[in-house]
Amino acid sequence: MCVSGHVNTPATFEEAMGVTFEEMIEKHCGGIRGGWDNLLAVIPGGASVPCVPGEKIRHAVMDFDGLKEVGSSLGTAAVIVMDKQTDIIKAIWRLSAFYKHESCGQCTPCREGTGWMMRVMARMVEGRAQKREIDMLFEVTKQIEGHTICALGDAAAWPIQGLIRNFRHVIEERIDQYTYSSTSDGAVPSIAAE
Amino acid sequence: MTSIKIDGQLVEVPDHYTLMQAAEAAGAEIPRFCYHERLSVAGNCRMCLVEVKGGPPKPTASCAMGVKDLRPGPNGEPPEMFTNTPMVKKAREGVMEFLLINHPLDCPICDQGGECDLQDQAMAYGVSGSRFDENKRAVEDKYMGPLVKTSMTRCIQCTRCVRFTTEVAGVAEMGAIGRGEDMEIITYLEKALSSELQGNVVDLCPVGALTSKPYAFHARPWELTKTESIDVMDALGSSIRVDSRGSAVMRILPRVNEAINEEWISDKTRYIWDGLKNQRLDRPYVRRGKKLAAASWDEAFAAIAKAVKKPGAKIGAIAGDLAGVEEMFALKALLASLGSTSIDARPAGSALDPNKGRAGYIFNPTIAGIEQADAILLIGTNPRHEASVLNARIRKAWRASNLPIGVIGQANDLTYSYTHLGVGGQSLADLAAGKGEFAESWAKAKNPLVIVGEGAATAEVLAQAAALATSGNDIAEDWNGLAILHNGAARVGALDIGFVPGKGGMNTATLLKGDADVLFVLGADEYDLSTLGDTLVVYIGTHGDNGAHRADIILPGATYTEKSATYVNTEGRVQMTARAVFPPGEAKEDWAIVRALSGVLGNPLPFNSLAQLRAAIYATFPHLARIDTIEPGKLAQVKKLANASAKVSKASFASPISEFYLSNPIARASATMGECAATAAGLRQAAE
Repeated sequence: MCVSGHVNTPATFEEAMGVTFEEMIEKHCGGIRGGWDNLLAVIPGGASVPCVPGEKIRHAVMDFDGLKEVGSSLGTAAVIVMDKQTDIIKAIWRLSAFYKHESCGQCTPCREGTGWMMRVMARMVEGRAQKREIDMLFEVTKQIEGHTICALGDAAAWPIQGLIRNFRHVIEERIDQYTYSSTSDGAVPSIAAE
Repeated sequence: MTSIKIDGQLVEVPDHYTLMQAAEAAGAEIPRFCYHERLSVAGNCRMCLVEVKGGPPKPTASCAMGVKDLRPGPNGEPPEMFTNTPMVKKAREGVMEFLLINHPLDCPICDQGGECDLQDQAMAYGVSGSRFDENKRAVEDKYMGPLVKTSMTRCIQCTRCVRFTTEVAGVAEMGAIGRGEDMEIITYLEKALSSELQGNVVDLCPVGALTSKPYAFHARPWELTKTESIDVMDALGSSIRVDSRGSAVMRILPRVNEAINEEWISDKTRYIWDGLKNQRLDRPYVRRGKKLAAASWDEAFAAIAKAVKKPGAKIGAIAGDLAGVEEMFALKALLASLGSTSIDARPAGSALDPNKGRAGYIFNPTIAGIEQADAILLIGTNPRHEASVLNARIRKAWRASNLPIGVIGQANDLTYSYTHLGVGGQSLADLAAGKGEFAESWAKAKNPLVIVGEGAATAEVLAQAAALATSGNDIAEDWNGLAILHNGAARVGALDIGFVPGKGGMNTATLLKGDADVLFVLGADEYDLSTLGDTLVVYIGTHGDNGAHRADIILPGATYTEKSATYVNTEGRVQMTARAVFPPGEAKEDWAIVRALSGVLGNPLPFNSLAQLRAAIYATFPHLARIDTIEPGKLAQVKKLANASAKVSKASFASPISEFYLSNPIARASATMGECAATAAGLRQAAE
């Protein structure tokens, strides 16, 4: 396993299947930065799997079934830990940008979809979006997932699905905040669809 | 055969079928963009997704999955797939949405409008609105030469054009640069494409990214009258559709004909149409002094009659590459009525002789038969220029089996690898004597194919070619491997009706020396007529080209799009063109000109209509009545040819076509073809 992010001592190590997340972090990584109450979310299996909120993952078992139970998967066992300082929308946007950059362009859903998702995510980082777009974004991820030649499409879709499933309130708050602090110019510009 | 259940219906399909083919066999339509039956499978558009029972819980690309790849049910039931479930519907709508988010909504100004796969499928499988609020992608247009216009923002990256140029046309000049959503289709260094088949990418493009440059903004598909016809640019007689509006041919498209052109046509066939309007002879002319002056039909006929009726006048006739069987038959009859047998439709020096049997001058193995060949020898021909579509067929056979190909003559880039055996008769003799490595692989061939071009059709070469095609020990019994590749669409028809010198008649070479007093030139513009001296030249043709320049009397005729005429292609297949538009001005159908002239000369030919003329032709040559069929040549005739001569030809062989784009009067009148020739010359220069 490789744990990176907001732990006291990020590390790469071998560990038996079936250890819980808490045990693993305490044993190898010196605990979460700022303590367990400061844990926001964890991406337990590399950049391609959905994130899990801190309270759900703390006692989750770090194996295939255990992580499936919390709506994610073990993937490559590259664990990314994020504390409450993290802007989770921006973090997932960064993953979207990565997948958009990595898409080879061969098949349609990934070629066209990764860029679309990244752009919507970029607006959501600012809050410059409509709340209905959250559902639309989720649908777009579903339109990519399972329709591509390779798994990069799935990998691009899952982090966003994890974000929407677990942190929808954060996105909505961000949109509200943007609308609230809007000027007379209009904070939520709607680009006319061509 | 294997069984598969499609939408609940059990069908039996061959083992090698893909799910898409199986679905079509079951009557279920599957939308697609990247899949094309004549190209390799790419599987990248994802439009053809279907649901497979028992597979992973996601849809499968039906173009890339074979029926044999499906697992049977738990109790051995046939595998099952669905094309109408909610999963499939959702997948199609999803893919369609992705294709459209970055596709411009410029259908009203797009030339593909009305015949666009994306438009049609968006209607059938898309949703009505757009949810895409971001900026659309724009892509810079690329230069691809004078024939293919690009509008790359419309591109959906299906890569059909890339696969076509690489696989069928054999020029690896197109590809994709960039990746992800920045992937762009481009030609190498944005140079013009060098293929003679490049126009086919316009047909292949499912959207309006690649469109026809000469046709751009000229017409809409729904306002065109479509006439199914036959091409005469080369001796293949490719199946075409002539789209016309009013009196003008607006464009030419291929029709599917598995036996000849599959679904490709050469650029000359496709883009010739502006030549049909330029430089046309639209009224008779008579030379007065040094200048040709416009005349009436009566004046022209009177001038001819005066010359023909001079006592002892020697009369001859030469037919060119584009003449139909009808007019040649009529002209032959006219000359016979004048007591002349000096007629010829073969280039000077050609030894093709209809009296030695049909097998001696047709492409015996047939064009489709090229794929059965296991060794090919090309003698004095550059098929890439003489018959581009046939060259693609040779390439197809070569790609499938990497068969040995030998070339005697000029070493040109033929888009496949070959052994260059030499340039002339000595190399042919060496091969016949079994010298060299190629001779070894040749001796093993069961279906050896010898293609002899018109540039080498001398008696010695024909004899040796016939021997090479028939003398091997392993040759299959039903195989006739002697193939003559003609250049002119008229040639085989002319040989079929015996448009060659009769007893005591002069042939092309003699006629061109100026030995005749009156020479009828039926559209023969490829000959050097400067040596004719004071022969009175009567030119029956369509364009102000070589023939008309030398002519003393010009009788304006009709092109292949303006008449119904019979052509026999190089295989010996009888085909008929159809009239799409009328000839311009006072021009008439050629057979009618000959018939009218015969009346003026006092010996009216015994037919008053095209139907009567055809009846007369069919009475003498019954095989010409069997449209779209081949009267096969006899193997014995080839064997007899093989025994004819053992002499070695000293000459080196050259293809008669020096410039592909300018090989006939219509092409020379076409601005597009001129531009293509200039571009090709530029590419050649850059390569050197």
